[in-house]
Amino acid sequence: MAATMKNVEEIRTRVILGEFGVKNVHTTDFPGNYPGYDDTWDLQKFQKKFSIDLVSLDENSIEFDMVGIDAAIANAFRRILLAEVPTMAIEKVFIYNNTSIVQDEVLAHRLGLIPIKADPRLFEYRNAGEESSEEEGSEIDTIQLQLKIKCSRNPRASKDDSDPRELYLNHMVYSRDIKWVPIGNQADVFGESSIGPVHDDILIAQLRPGQELDIIMHCVKGIGKDHAKFSPVATASYRLLPEITLLEPVEGEKAERLKSCFSPGVIELEDVNGTKVAKVVNSRLDTCSREVLRHSDLKDVVKLGRVRDHFIYTVESTGILPPEVLVMEAIKVLMAKCQRFLNELDSADMD
Amino acid sequence: MAGEGEKKAVLEMIQADGGDEGCVTFVLHDEDHTLGNSVRYMIMKNVDVEFCGYTITHPSESKINFRIQTRGGIPATEPLRKGLNDLNDVCQHVLNTFQVNLCVHF
Repeated sequence: MAATMKNVEEIRTRVILGEFGVKNVHTTDFPGNYPGYDDTWDLQKFQKKFSIDLVSLDENSIEFDMVGIDAAIANAFRRILLAEVPTMAIEKVFIYNNTSIVQDEVLAHRLGLIPIKADPRLFEYRNAGEESSEEEGSEIDTIQLQLKIKCSRNPRASKDDSDPRELYLNHMVYSRDIKWVPIGNQADVFGESSIGPVHDDILIAQLRPGQELDIIMHCVKGIGKDHAKFSPVATASYRLLPEITLLEPVEGEKAERLKSCFSPGVIELEDVNGTKVAKVVNSRLDTCSREVLRHSDLKDVVKLGRVRDHFIYTVESTGILPPEVLVMEAIKVLMAKCQRFLNELDSADMD
Repeated sequence: MAGEGEKKAVLEMIQADGGDEGCVTFVLHDEDHTLGNSVRYMIMKNVDVEFCGYTITHPSESKINFRIQTRGGIPATEPLRKGLNDLNDVCQHVLNTFQVNLCVHF
């Protein structure tokens, strides 16, 4: 394929979805690759082309567009959101009494995965020093939680009841039964009941009369790279903006079939002089299933591609931090990483 | 070479004997594709750089070998420093734009 003027623009900015493969995937706009283009890094040029559009924001999820950035950096933000934004989670579980049917280690594992609503920016990492068996974490790096619950028979249940909800008291242990035990000055710094699990209704274990749980838990600060329980997002993902071009006008029954090949809302049929003509209305809604390439008469009419520097991010938080705060923290983590190596280089030069 | 002697090195420089300052392999500890790929992109955008690439030597060890070769005898720490500074500027601009958009939204 000869690199003509129009073609070059396409190679530089679009990923082409073909019938058997995907073309122009890699970033090629480095200095020297294209004669006549100056691809040297220029902050002003980047700032002019770059933009962010907030599409939707609610309590737990955010959807926004980042335009004008390269995949390497966009992916870095995604990776940091998943694995390097710190949160607090239960790490040490001291089991004083567990007579339930759930094994100690299984119970401890489940407790670790419960999201804890505590702002990790207000805490420090715990020093990875020698671990004494009941190391007293200090108030700046540990949150202490307690779960103490005993199941008993309901004295007011009738003789022939068979529903466990009637027969027993406290037979289901939910995350709302976890209580915060403030240590040091935490009670003053944080409000009375502002630290605890994010969700009330996570079922931890089931008990029967006579079984009890008596557990103390220590939460520490950690990152998802260490253990997935520290990941602050349910998931964070991005996709590239799809682009659908119709190479020739499509009318009538063919247009109907073309419309059904794409997700609803992508292609609409307009009435032009009595015949229905297909028009691309909103390519953003398309899921790029490439269904149209399976029809031999429709596949040459359409060109499918993606815009290489337009990223549609979806970030869903577990509730510990609001999603917009998570995105900002992720960007700050990347800046901290750069700063760390810059300091290393500078200190090496001083030697 | 650059690195802390005390606890654990964060950044090491490996240079072939007889070579010039322009061809250096940096070993970045506790890093992976997150920083490696983004810094590689920023350094490749530099005209003085003849070659830039990174590799993760083994997935069980969290360190990357980052190689930079420059044209014209420029020491390799220069494009590395410039790339890190540029990446910092990009992040700062992204953060500012995001915060502005967030305020406008409300």
